[in-house]
Amino acid sequence: MSLQILSGQLLVGLINGSFYALLSLGFAVIFGLLGIINVAQGTFYMLGAFGSWMLLNYAGIGYWPALILSPVIAGAVGMALEKTLIARVYKLDHIYGLLLTYGVMMFIQGMFVYWFATAGRPYPVPFDLRGGFDLGFLFLPKYRAWVVLASLIFCFGTWFAIEKTSLGRTLRAATENPQLTRAFGINVPALLTFGFGAGVALAGFAGVLAAPIYSVSPLMGGELVITVFAVVVVGGMGSILGAIVTGLGLGVVEGLTKVFYPPGANMVIFVIMFIVLLIKPAGLFGRER
Amino acid sequence: MATTSAGPVQSQTRFSALFAGKLRVPSIAIYAAGLAVLAVAPFLAYPLFLAKILCFCLFACAFNLLGAVGLLSFGHAAFFGASAYVAGHALKVWGLPFELAALIGTAAATVLGVVFGFVAIRRQGLYFAMITLALAQMIYFLALQVPFTHAEDGLTGVPRGYILGLFNLNNLYVLYYTTAVIFLVGYFLIYRITRSTFGQILKAIREKEPRAISLGYRVNDYKLLVFVLSAALAGLAGATKTMVVQLASLTDVHWSTSGDVILMTLLGGSGTLLGPVVGAVLVEMLQFYLADSGLPIQAVIGAIFIVCILLFRRGIVGEIEHMLASKRGESLS
Amino acid sequence: MTDHVGREQSCLAIGALHALYGDSHVLQGVSLEVARGEVVTIIGRNGAGKTTTLRAIMGLLDKRSGSINVWGRQVIAEPPERIAKLGVAYVPEERGIYATLDVTENLLLPPSVGPGGMPLDEIFRLFPNLRERRRSQGTRLSGGEQQMLAIARVLRTGARLFLLDEPTEGLAPVIVQQIRNAIDLMRKEGHTILLVEQNFRFAQRLADRHYVMERGRIVDMIARADVASQAARIQAYLGI
Repeated sequence: MSLQILSGQLLVGLINGSFYALLSLGFAVIFGLLGIINVAQGTFYMLGAFGSWMLLNYAGIGYWPALILSPVIAGAVGMALEKTLIARVYKLDHIYGLLLTYGVMMFIQGMFVYWFATAGRPYPVPFDLRGGFDLGFLFLPKYRAWVVLASLIFCFGTWFAIEKTSLGRTLRAATENPQLTRAFGINVPALLTFGFGAGVALAGFAGVLAAPIYSVSPLMGGELVITVFAVVVVGGMGSILGAIVTGLGLGVVEGLTKVFYPPGANMVIFVIMFIVLLIKPAGLFGRER
Repeated sequence: MATTSAGPVQSQTRFSALFAGKLRVPSIAIYAAGLAVLAVAPFLAYPLFLAKILCFCLFACAFNLLGAVGLLSFGHAAFFGASAYVAGHALKVWGLPFELAALIGTAAATVLGVVFGFVAIRRQGLYFAMITLALAQMIYFLALQVPFTHAEDGLTGVPRGYILGLFNLNNLYVLYYTTAVIFLVGYFLIYRITRSTFGQILKAIREKEPRAISLGYRVNDYKLLVFVLSAALAGLAGATKTMVVQLASLTDVHWSTSGDVILMTLLGGSGTLLGPVVGAVLVEMLQFYLADSGLPIQAVIGAIFIVCILLFRRGIVGEIEHMLASKRGESLS
Repeated sequence: MTDHVGREQSCLAIGALHALYGDSHVLQGVSLEVARGEVVTIIGRNGAGKTTTLRAIMGLLDKRSGSINVWGRQVIAEPPERIAKLGVAYVPEERGIYATLDVTENLLLPPSVGPGGMPLDEIFRLFPNLRERRRSQGTRLSGGEQQMLAIARVLRTGARLFLLDEPTEGLAPVIVQQIRNAIDLMRKEGHTILLVEQNFRFAQRLADRHYVMERGRIVDMIARADVASQAARIQAYLGI
């Protein structure tokens, strides 16, 4: 087992981990703010990827503008969804929120399969990011390095925004005590809509990053959300930082498992979840909610 | 959270409240009619299809049992599918008679139920649902890799053999009546569990868990017991299904099957005993007719889910019971 | 039991307010009026509906009917954020200090709802303890500090009608004095205060009028001048 194979898989693990982190982050924001489990989080990842594909093939809009446009579109779709459907279930037991987003996921994925069939469509790596760096033990493609970098920037940027800015302060207040926050004159319902949009936009952003790597298919992201579940259960549901770190970490662990024990690779995250549940049910970074 | 106003969440809106109050017992007449229908159905419709539906009826009823303690599992396909594979293997490779294969399959599902339940019960509500889904996904990945399942090809050509060494299960009428008996046994078991003193305790746990704890009930033990029973009966359904359709495949352990059984229960009425039966019949028939229609099945199922959650939470049987109860001047909530 | 306060002078006017909390009919036709610049209290035993009244005014109750007028504007059906923007501030009984925010963030959170909000340094002058603790997490404060913070928060916003729910409950006399000072200052600024207070001694030194609430209704109103002569009646109402 050579250093080359190890570092190669480590890179794959980092990339997957970046996507896990971005998706879990958005998921955690939505759960924190709205109390809703967004089973459709993976669907918005798919929408982000499809958005960039459609922008390129229908409107001739390339990768760099798509990197901004597609998540924005995904966010807009999310906000529309929140206003029309999801807001209706806030007053109910939150299990209905989970079931509703499951229905939304099935519907959107079903329609996209109907329209586009299941085969993956290629999306080209942007010109500026082709090629790579020869590091000796590893050939590091520029695009993949970019993916990891961009994810880290966005993850920690989001964390910073939530912890350090006044918008973040308002979001945290609305998360903790929505009624009182409204009594101060803050439009919490609009904040919830925005929060949902932001959470799914993060997933959409991950989708655009993923398009050149994994090719674009309606089925992408379908099962990704289950991994997101495992990530947030392991990391602790209340923690933004926990979602990021755990997502990255579990991605790396998955990559390493592929080197040392390939048959266990897709299960290892769930096995870890099982163990964490036995030892520390609130999650590694979790505060009991 | 970002939900309600000041004030307690109204009892109508709590998921567990769908089981609230008096579970109206459908009258003897309805059950008699149901049994009559069950008896003559194979002469009116294709017995194989009916038998398959009955398996899913049992699966849905088993799933709904968890609702009696206020839990919703999103991973029940794990029990259904694991038993389907194990029973299929027992029938095809070990050549065991169906009774034994079903027993072994059910046992496998039970063991899985104990292992998963032990871990999942520690959390409630949303976390519980998420954890069950993730655990079931683990089983899916296992099924994908373990050789005896034959992955995408599935376990095909599973022989049916004889029941009790006497009756040939390849005779579609024998097949149907055997399945019907299994279903009735399972349904009766669930009926007894929810109607007994045990069922009363479950109700207390579902509605006022802190109170039950303070009264000295070991709530987690009860939840685990119900979880394992639910898993076992789901396993029975899975094993029977394999015998009926002579196939065990990845679909049986896929999350969409977990979603399907939730839909069956939601559509039929999760607070009732007959609801899952009705829901299973409807969903199976829907999938049958949709398969040839060219419509996107997944999208239709998703749309029905959305409509049910927003407008129709009581489900069909639930709505009927509600209407009957309000006619009688009682309130269900 | 209403005072006939002229429309131009009316800050808050409630008529026939009914409200449900869950299934219980907590407010059964509350009517009261508060003129601009007045300090008015609602007194009564526990469970009478005093807190519910404040929450209803603030729009925090789902099921309410009747009439609530704030500066001549009907707000019975408005959401809380719109009512706040009219210049109404609410300090709840549980104080509502955010645990996930530190003191400064708690102070800065409520947006401005009118001109004339107290600047931060003046607030720190009024409540010196808060300056010391300004980087502490909300949960680390004592009860008295939390109460001061809860009041300081709304002083910043430029609100002109303040709804205070039991501001002195469980607090030491030295803190109660600081709160009294704050309320005096608010009154000097011409603000209007509706106060729910169990501590009648505290209330009587501040208030122009007292409404008595019993079982979801206003049953009496006692003006400042009559407090001495009505002492026995007041004690009966409070169950002392």
